[in-house]
Amino acid sequence: MTRKEILEELNQVFIEVFDDDTIMVTEETTAEDIEDWDSLMHISLVNAVEDAFDLKFDMKDIVSWKNVGEMVDVIEREL
Amino acid sequence: MEVEVEMEISMERLLEYPFDANEILKKKKRIKKELLQKENLLQKKIAILGGSTTSEIKDILELFLLHYGIRSTFYESEFGQFWQDAMFDNAELDTFAPDLIYIHTSNRNILQYPSLSAAESEVNDLLETESERFCSMWDRLKEKYACPIIQNNFELPAYRLLGNREASDIHGRIYFLNCLNMKFYEYARTHEDLYINDIQYLSASYGLEQWSDPLFWHMYKYSLCLPAIPYLALNVANIIKAIYGKNKKALVLDLDNTLWGGVIGDDGTEGIAIGHETSMGQVYSEFQEYLKSCKEMGIMLNVDSKNEEENVLAGLNHPEGTLRPEDFIVIKANWEPKDRNFTAISEELNILPESMVFIDDNPAEREIVRAQIPGVSVPELDRVEDYIRVIDRSGFFEVTELSEDDFKRNSMYRENAKRKQQQKSFSDYGEYLRSLEMKAVIRDFDTIYLPRIAQLTNKSNQFNLTTKRLSEAEIESLVKKEEYIRLYGKLSDKFGDNGVVTVVIGRQEEELLHIELWLMSCRVLKRGMEDAMLDELVKQSKARKIKRLKGYYYKTAKNAMVKEFYGSMGFEKISENSAGDSEWILELDGYRNRNQVIGMIN
Repeated sequence: MTRKEILEELNQVFIEVFDDDTIMVTEETTAEDIEDWDSLMHISLVNAVEDAFDLKFDMKDIVSWKNVGEMVDVIEREL
Repeated sequence: MEVEVEMEISMERLLEYPFDANEILKKKKRIKKELLQKENLLQKKIAILGGSTTSEIKDILELFLLHYGIRSTFYESEFGQFWQDAMFDNAELDTFAPDLIYIHTSNRNILQYPSLSAAESEVNDLLETESERFCSMWDRLKEKYACPIIQNNFELPAYRLLGNREASDIHGRIYFLNCLNMKFYEYARTHEDLYINDIQYLSASYGLEQWSDPLFWHMYKYSLCLPAIPYLALNVANIIKAIYGKNKKALVLDLDNTLWGGVIGDDGTEGIAIGHETSMGQVYSEFQEYLKSCKEMGIMLNVDSKNEEENVLAGLNHPEGTLRPEDFIVIKANWEPKDRNFTAISEELNILPESMVFIDDNPAEREIVRAQIPGVSVPELDRVEDYIRVIDRSGFFEVTELSEDDFKRNSMYRENAKRKQQQKSFSDYGEYLRSLEMKAVIRDFDTIYLPRIAQLTNKSNQFNLTTKRLSEAEIESLVKKEEYIRLYGKLSDKFGDNGVVTVVIGRQEEELLHIELWLMSCRVLKRGMEDAMLDELVKQSKARKIKRLKGYYYKTAKNAMVKEFYGSMGFEKISENSAGDSEWILELDGYRNRNQVIGMIN
């Protein structure tokens, strides 16, 4: 999977979790950019991403993310 | 539009066991939107007191409750504050006034385990301290809020310092948690309205390693992993719906490849797989034994099979089989569509289709019944070896109490079938009623019947004038109040004892009695019991110098049967609003006793 493909699939997960089909995430997107993205939704989001890509994140990865791009880094590495 | 409807159906079905937990978590917003469209939802206020994060638990519990027809609003304690919320004055919780409290704790909330060098007496002291912390909390909550409490037991610990010895050594954590659980169970056995949510079983069934994945505690302070939450929420929702009388009452079963292997019409009685001689026979036998146990618990078994009746009887009399024809209340064996038979069974039992579960190995038959009969439960059954698990985990028959009445239900319904037979031989209905030799007991509430009375107020839908739901604690508080007249009625006849079947509660306001609740079990419909109840109500009212009774009919989706009830009892309608609710008055002056067919026992 290319980074672009990962980002596209991630976008689908965001749309479902936030139940908002206008969402367009980029590598630079952060929690500030999506209205409902609070710490509680973050948990649901991480779980849904793990489910979509069939992988498990380490704690040290989850705590280090600053934007969607860094999430893509980890997914790219794990796939 | 067509497409949308289809999608809506699939959203609610995401919640049916066996489910995809991650799908539920991911789509919770959309599922909720759809479920909020449901009508006739029961409103309940639920306080979740947590020893860890509860946000997702609340969200998913809300979905399962909506699925069961209960719309809930929630109070959530601040993180980890379950004990403080219960023990100290809490204006917010007081204002919220919960209908039910769920205490979500885990082994992360144990304050102190014994040290490895602790003496036995110290271990016991620690156990006592820890259990007392919980018992005093339940006592206080019951005193303050008088509502049902659901309490988690403790799951097994994530690691074993002493290895295998952890369970048997008094210093082991497994030993400690098991002892503590036993103390919880003892409290639940000896107190009303405390229900244990068995997360020890749930976590074992889920897989303790995944359930207790420490990442979720360290990252988010969840005591269980996120994908386990739907299983937890289903389990809690099952207890809640059972408390509010939304359990299923009957199973409607297919036969070929459901109760035995093979098609009896083709393979013959000798050819079907049942009994302990072969693997395939054995798996069906185990399922029949499970169903037999369901029947003993009070679940009514029925047959809906495309077959010749003689083949069905031969199959159910198979020497190796467990279930016998007499274990079933209604047997429909013919070539009619299954949904039509299902409806006929529902009518004969006089219970609603939504109280029934349809069990069939054939996906096409399941689809027909699901599509034709709204509200019915139709679990997906693919492999015979999974039948028991799927039915069991779905929690259709969650037991929150085992009343005498549950054990007797099957025989009572069978007795009813006999009464119907007898009815045919009488031309005059009054003559038939007298031939039943009915006897009734009508009295003020007795402590021993409070559980049954609570059960009736929560279960009765059809013959229920106000559909006022009362918990056992609420009923207990009514017993102490002077201004109330409370009556329960028991009815027996020559075919058997029906037990407590009707309840009336009236509140006196000077010379007026407001009938706040009048309900009756449908199994004694048209037996004259309502006349006997009104006679007694009038007698007690007159003794209190009451001059008139005021009856209320509050319309629901299910109680149309009693819309004109008060009219038929001699009341006069004084008002009716656009919602269909009405008010009725009966002047007591000149009242003549109505009952002529039931003998009274005092």
